[in-house]
Amino acid sequence: MADIIKTATREAYGKALAELGAVNDKVIVLDADLAAATKTGVFKKAFPERFFDTGIAECNMISIAGGLSTTGFTVFASSFAMFAAGRAFEQVRNTLGYSHLNVKIGATHAGISVGEDGATHQCCEDIALMRTIPGMVIINPADDVEARAAVFAAAEYEGPVYLRFGRLAVPRINGEDYKFEMGKGITLREGTDVTIVATGLMVNEALIAYDILAAEGISAKVINIHTIKPLDKELIIKAAEQTGAVVTAEEHNIIGGLGGAVAETLSENLPVPVVRVGVEDTFGRSGPAAELLKIFGLDAANIVEKAKRAIAMKKN
Amino acid sequence: MEATVKKQLKIKACQVRMGIINGVYHAKSGHPGGSLSSADILTYLYFNKMNVDPKNPKWEDRDRMVLSKGHIAPALYATLALRGFFPVEDLNTLRKSDSYLQGHPCMKTTPGVDMSTGSLGQGISAAVGMALGGKVSGKGFRVYTILGDGEIQEGQVWEAAMYASAKGLDNLVAVIDNNNLQIDGTVAEVNSPYPIVEKFRAFGWNVIEICAHSFDEIDAAFNAAEEFKGKPTAIIAKSTKGKGVSFMEDQVSWHGAAPNAEQYEQAMSELKEELANLENGN
Repeated sequence: MADIIKTATREAYGKALAELGAVNDKVIVLDADLAAATKTGVFKKAFPERFFDTGIAECNMISIAGGLSTTGFTVFASSFAMFAAGRAFEQVRNTLGYSHLNVKIGATHAGISVGEDGATHQCCEDIALMRTIPGMVIINPADDVEARAAVFAAAEYEGPVYLRFGRLAVPRINGEDYKFEMGKGITLREGTDVTIVATGLMVNEALIAYDILAAEGISAKVINIHTIKPLDKELIIKAAEQTGAVVTAEEHNIIGGLGGAVAETLSENLPVPVVRVGVEDTFGRSGPAAELLKIFGLDAANIVEKAKRAIAMKKN
Repeated sequence: MEATVKKQLKIKACQVRMGIINGVYHAKSGHPGGSLSSADILTYLYFNKMNVDPKNPKWEDRDRMVLSKGHIAPALYATLALRGFFPVEDLNTLRKSDSYLQGHPCMKTTPGVDMSTGSLGQGISAAVGMALGGKVSGKGFRVYTILGDGEIQEGQVWEAAMYASAKGLDNLVAVIDNNNLQIDGTVAEVNSPYPIVEKFRAFGWNVIEICAHSFDEIDAAFNAAEEFKGKPTAIIAKSTKGKGVSFMEDQVSWHGAAPNAEQYEQAMSELKEELANLENGN
């Protein structure tokens, strides 16, 4: 078995920005004193004249990004998810979202896998917040390959994009032939008994869950939803029709994120049991990321359990 | 400032005030007080200072205006209309459900609006972003933003002020419309922003104090700001809320209220008389 490559999506973000900066001189990157952690420092090193650190003032950074974008630049503004989506929510909504400005929010350190820094820095609300802003695109890559592709796709797109990256190194699941299409989910495994719809680092867990379920004679379909908004409704409805039960998996509160989006879509179009795997409406805590993911049920074992529950709920 | 130019500006400012009253009256809501206090400065900027093209509102080399105190949209709309960005008659559609003139400025719907504003404190940051963009691209455009004296209670204003001076954005001018009133009372009673001059100076800005209703002082301040290199300029403009309509002047109750029919007639007759006097050279 080949060695598994593990990279944090934030690492891929920083590298992709530098790569993008080399081919697009209209790219400007902003950070709020976290360039070393968000990895925008890689871009800063390559293009210091197009990098601006606003200091510890995220609300100001987001509105500055909006103003900058109106002068002909594609602006990436970075901070931790907690501060980019949380603290600066209203700036994202009113300065960027309302006018559909061409700003990409590179939000790193999303979710529980922030680890030891604990609850104040573990943002499990950002997808819910961003989903409520009309016209906002939300991309939550599963690995470094997808993260790089997402950065380039976001730069091509005219309008606000929320890019969600993690601190923790995660296994690469995508190959060299990987193709990213904004708003299109990717079917990774075919199956007939249940569909697992996963996003971010939970996609790898969904693939592990697939194997465990298969060993027990349960056939699962696995879909990677990298773009949470706009959601690939067609793919999800079709999968629900084929399998009759759905499990969602995300490193986010079960309220308002991918699980919410999928449940809303299916209840209005094709009601089938939907069971959500995610942070169950609670705050995080300090600890090593790998331990925390297990403690909060963000693992294959919980997906397997929930898949069985979803199957049991089917009306036969 | 030349007497003929000054006279023309006074006439325009009076027409802007009429546009404000018309808009707010027909909308049956809006913010006349702060609109009237900023009318002279907006008139000066659009008719004497800013490099804009009403035929090409998105012209990339244009000077920019960010109305950080977005609730005085009626004043910006009246100025833009008179400057030729859209028909003056449309001012009467302000705040109507089928109008492109939103309650607060919307850059997506209104020609000449450079930034959507309304949530206080965000506009100055957006203006800082534009000024930064001008520096990076090497374009010579200038960026103007108008804030309320109540608005500077927002913490984001000071985040923006700190950053603008740290980056030496001398292509940026922030006007503080110091009419001394906010919704809940005088700014001093509610949460005093004073001393405003010293605060901006301490944040590293070039600061100029003027009377917001003297075109000589307005002209001198904006010209001095243009000459000043290395720092952004803050113009602290002492103004009268409701300026130009006798019963609205210095009255907090006119912050966000529309005149009734009788009050509308009185306001318009005062402004018409003022206009006639100006045109007759009295």
